[in-house]
Amino acid sequence: MTVAPKREDYDVVVIGAGPAGLAAASTSADAGLSTLLLDENVGPGGQVFRAISSTPVTDRNQLGADYWVGADLVQSLRASNAEVIQRATVWSLDRNLEIAVSIGGASAFVKAKRVILATGALERPFPIPGWTLPGVMTAGAAQTMLKSSALVPDGRTVIAGQGPLLWLLAAQILRLGGRIDRILDTTERGNYFAALPHAFAFLTSPYFTKGLSMMREVKAKVQVVSGVTELAASGDGQLASVSYVAGGKRETIPADLLLLHQGVVPNVNLAMAAGVEHRWDDLQLCWSPVLDASGMSSVTGIAIAGDGAGIGGANAAVVRGRIAARAAVEALAPAAAAKLAPMAALRTELAKAERGRVFLDTLFRPSPQFRIPSGDTIVCRCEEVTAKDVLESVAIGATGPNQLKAYRRTGMGPCQGRLCGLTVTELMAQARGKTPQEIGYYRLRAPVKPITLAELAAVPKTEDDVKAVVRG
Amino acid sequence: MTKNVDAIVVGGGIHGCSTALHLCLAGLKPVLIEKDYAGRHASGVNAGGVRQLARHIPEIPLSIRSMGIWEKISDLLDDDCSFESHGQVLVAENEDELAVCRARVAELNALGFTHEELIDAAELRRLVPAVAETCPGGVVSRRDGAANPAQTTTAFRRKAEQLGAAVCEGVVASNIRYRDGLWYVDVGAETYAAPVLVNAAGAWAGKIAADLGEPVPVETVAPMLMITSRVPHFIDPVVILRGRKLSFKQFKNGTVLIGGGHLATPYQERNETVLDWKSLATSAQTVFELFPVMRSATIVRAWAGIEAKMKDDIPVFGPSSRHKGLYHQFGFSLHGFQLGPGAGAVMAELIVNGGTQTRIGDLGIDRFHPSTL
Repeated sequence: MTVAPKREDYDVVVIGAGPAGLAAASTSADAGLSTLLLDENVGPGGQVFRAISSTPVTDRNQLGADYWVGADLVQSLRASNAEVIQRATVWSLDRNLEIAVSIGGASAFVKAKRVILATGALERPFPIPGWTLPGVMTAGAAQTMLKSSALVPDGRTVIAGQGPLLWLLAAQILRLGGRIDRILDTTERGNYFAALPHAFAFLTSPYFTKGLSMMREVKAKVQVVSGVTELAASGDGQLASVSYVAGGKRETIPADLLLLHQGVVPNVNLAMAAGVEHRWDDLQLCWSPVLDASGMSSVTGIAIAGDGAGIGGANAAVVRGRIAARAAVEALAPAAAAKLAPMAALRTELAKAERGRVFLDTLFRPSPQFRIPSGDTIVCRCEEVTAKDVLESVAIGATGPNQLKAYRRTGMGPCQGRLCGLTVTELMAQARGKTPQEIGYYRLRAPVKPITLAELAAVPKTEDDVKAVVRG
Repeated sequence: MTKNVDAIVVGGGIHGCSTALHLCLAGLKPVLIEKDYAGRHASGVNAGGVRQLARHIPEIPLSIRSMGIWEKISDLLDDDCSFESHGQVLVAENEDELAVCRARVAELNALGFTHEELIDAAELRRLVPAVAETCPGGVVSRRDGAANPAQTTTAFRRKAEQLGAAVCEGVVASNIRYRDGLWYVDVGAETYAAPVLVNAAGAWAGKIAADLGEPVPVETVAPMLMITSRVPHFIDPVVILRGRKLSFKQFKNGTVLIGGGHLATPYQERNETVLDWKSLATSAQTVFELFPVMRSATIVRAWAGIEAKMKDDIPVFGPSSRHKGLYHQFGFSLHGFQLGPGAGAVMAELIVNGGTQTRIGDLGIDRFHPSTL
């Protein structure tokens, strides 16, 4: 059954039901604001708590205690008056806070006084030779199958890359009886020294002991090769082998499945399409929105919480969601704000949740050779543009990602740059001797997710049409 | 420091770039000043229609001149601009509309123009097999076609620079003034001086004209476009409707561009537009009815470019009516892309020779205020 939004106007519309969105929506609704939570998935949870209300994995140890925290957040949301619509794809948001959302094949428009974007993160592109071959997928995609359907790999499986999520996924696969033949750790050796000054904060963060025991658990069962400096997938129309260089030695191993992961970056598409100003983050190597201490963006009325505001992890996301919601309550129903946790307390909690982040960001800063490809390696999958193609266009006058579209159509396919944007920015910056900030990013356009012509054609056009639909 | 050049062109759209290029071909050294980058606005993001069809009569001679250049665009630019010539077809959806088409073609023929041809239902179906069967005919302009606008504008800019034009991108032309026979323009820390100034600043040109004492009735508009995912090839010519607002074009790669002139809200000072999805839905509805094959296609992107629209819908083109050495080239009112190559050539003739064989008399700025020179 398709459930359209009950109203045309809301005090607060929250987009995304991951940790930040769940916390924001229940906070806002509990304070008495009319609140709509729109989420693209079949159930709440986002990626980190994916399928929290429906997962077939019932042994709590297998997905870990951190996963089940999501159940409490969902419970608070359900106890609140927030209107929640799942399978709702927001495809447009503009600076007038008009939102277009597709639900069950029909589009509706709603308007908000405040929008809290909680669209989370995406996996960073990992453009190595052969990364577009069938049989190569992102660790995140593998984790989605694991959480929603308890599916784990049973063929020859190699996991390559770095970062906390890579170890978490490896542990989850092993606990569910999946197969991993080898883990290729691409963490740069120099990063350990660079991260050292930030180690104290990390040692006192909740991540430390959990991370360490997870790595130990995985290493006990799987061969881990560290210091991997080169990586390539090959095969004829299907992954057959993975070759790598570690410690100056090249090795090739047969593989049916290669899972790649080198961290996550903010999912900026909806925010950028709405006109929110972003800046290049030199530590996290990605675009992050420019926000004030309450998460408010450069567009009046649009706040951003969670990893979409800059990668901070699930605990920080929850607090950022509460902060953004509290700011909305302060603005729209000041009397109700008194009942909420004071802002100062939330900020202290946030600082605690973010402790250790600089250490992680420094340690797991991906190496240039895994971010900035060369030669025939594909950069843009939608239009099959290689690194060489991009460099040739730069040589004859393309100055930035938007100009590059005129030469190569990069970023103009259905993914709207999600899989190539960061690569193109960094590649062009390197080629032109500029900073990524100077080079810039694609101008992103709605629909942020494609909709069918038939669906758009069915949208009510005039006020009379709208009334007819509402009454009907 | 002041740099002396032969001409200053303000605006890096297809018009400014084309004029700069043609000035170079005539042996002059121009400077092109663009506040963003070449093709950032309307010139780079329009529908790419290369159309003589359905034009206002005063601009037809310029359009025909331009068509001749389009057909040899590779020779001029060393870039094919993805120009394809499969004709443009105006579809009449009923007999009343067809009667208007018939009268239009007769009027053009009487004036000596033969590029528009009346077609019946059978020829319409031959040219556009996918069109709904109820349409009784229309008009075709067989030499018309389409090109990639960003690629084209970029190619003009690149060629102009190769031939000696100085190109300043990312800096605003400011403090425009005339002193002792020269125009001076500040560009960041630099000042350029030249006997000739061309105002080709698109949506920003009206303000330049007004500041120089030649206000004109112009508004800033942002026509919307949307593009679909790839669908199997089903149509060659560009299709426009006689009655409803729609233009329609399938590219070689299968994507389909849907336009027609529905407007977004421009925020000119921020270089931004806010789309009106209810109007885009009207376009989608029209396509849905006329081309059933398109119903399951997905819309992957929609946008709008900022440009200038004159009250009378025809451009301001030619010398200033007040100032020596000042030329205007703006206000192309949603149909300037095809005119770009020809307008640059004609503008260079006006500047270098003091006149042109191409009939442009009805486009002058003096239609708004009689000459005072």
